[in-house]
Amino acid sequence: MALPLFDPSTDPGPDFAALVQRTGAALPAMSDAGLNLAHATTVVALRYADGVVMAGDRRATAGNFIAHRAMEKVFPADRFSAVAISGSAAVSTEMVRLFQVQLEHYEKVEGVVLSLEGKANQLAQMVRGNLGMAMQGFVVIPLFCGYDLSRRTGRIFDYDAAGGRYEETDFQTTGSGGTFARTTIRLGYRDNLPLDDAVELAILSLYEAADADSATGGPDSVRGIYPAVATVSAQGYARLPDEEVARRFDAIIERRRGSNGNAEGTLR
Amino acid sequence: MTMPYYVAPEQVMKDRAEYAQKGIARGRALIATMYAGGILLVAENPSATLHKISEIYDRIAFAGVGKFNEYDTLRVAGVRHADTKGYAFSREDVDARSLANLYAQYLGQVFTHEMKPMEVEILVAELGDATKAPQIFRIAYEGTITDEVGFAVLGGDAEAIRTRFANGAMTDWALNDAVRHAVAALGGPDRRLNAGDLEVALLADTGARRTFRRLEDDEVTPLLAN
Repeated sequence: MALPLFDPSTDPGPDFAALVQRTGAALPAMSDAGLNLAHATTVVALRYADGVVMAGDRRATAGNFIAHRAMEKVFPADRFSAVAISGSAAVSTEMVRLFQVQLEHYEKVEGVVLSLEGKANQLAQMVRGNLGMAMQGFVVIPLFCGYDLSRRTGRIFDYDAAGGRYEETDFQTTGSGGTFARTTIRLGYRDNLPLDDAVELAILSLYEAADADSATGGPDSVRGIYPAVATVSAQGYARLPDEEVARRFDAIIERRRGSNGNAEGTLR
Repeated sequence: MTMPYYVAPEQVMKDRAEYAQKGIARGRALIATMYAGGILLVAENPSATLHKISEIYDRIAFAGVGKFNEYDTLRVAGVRHADTKGYAFSREDVDARSLANLYAQYLGQVFTHEMKPMEVEILVAELGDATKAPQIFRIAYEGTITDEVGFAVLGGDAEAIRTRFANGAMTDWALNDAVRHAVAALGGPDRRLNAGDLEVALLADTGARRTFRRLEDDEVTPLLAN
């Protein structure tokens, strides 16, 4: 590897993706459309009083098989933002990796952190760049959230396959079980939710999604694998300990067992 | 018609070296030293935005003295090299030694082949871990690379500062002792530097992936107090 130096006229600046293309280090594009490739599934994000709660199930499916039971779909993008993925597992995990390096690369080269808006737009460009692959079935739909340090609030962005970027006011979900999760959140959402209630609602929404969608994984108490829950606030990105998530899922299961599997007219 | 004339290669090299040394000597100095918690970098730099010390990668820092635009170009090239390498392979495959070698090759190349040598002296420091010892590499304007033991001094008046710093230097001292000793060595007997004249950064393990951290003025001031 040579030292990557450029003329001022061809310098890629703080753009890591452009740098990778320039140095030829990009991975070859895949052309195996039609194979049963792993797909990732339900992820949710909702605003609470001090930021955003983001959560995602852990199941990846390939056709009717479960490909992975412990897949991570919620990632820290940088200190004050998080990204969750749904769609083709291979392409979306690679996109997250590139996105993470891109944000850090910009920060190191420029000496300042990108604005939250800038990060959201950057991700939109990556999704748009994947449009060709999306047409062949390798769709990636990320969900992006972060704490906006200048506005002092949590913000949520969602995307479509063509790279359209839409800011959501309160909550959003994506993936095959997203509809069920979104309905659950919609019924339980209110402004300025305390952290504890927001985490509870996110977990309940994933429980409902897993209950109705075969491609969304529920709590797996046999293997000790539970959906991932993270928060992004003024204190930065933090992943909730697995024990706490497990405890909350166990409580839901316990309640439902006592009511014959029904929620009994309330969000519980 | 102008007469072609002969200049001995020794003379050419000597002139270039002198030119580069003069440029570097004009700049203010910088010290990197190991301490109990990792690696400390202290530079005399009144600017809060034009940095001499920066982050390259998770456990690697860069520092440069001399001409700002020249060492900043090298810094950016280092970030690019590290990020591309970590992306193509793995984050743990990025190391200071290979980066320091690339810098040395480039500076050597420029020194012998270009019109003007680079008026810079740079440093690449890497925080150690369970399997690796901490490392400080100093690379001079003509590409000489030195694996420094314990500490390194770069920039104008480096010899005098090195002598002052070496007297009493340790590798396992507390952060405030290391900062005070470094600042006293940079200032010399006649000057007293305070937080506003300094740029201070650390490579220190706190459990996070990225170990580089700048210390703000209000963090440096208490460290300087006796």
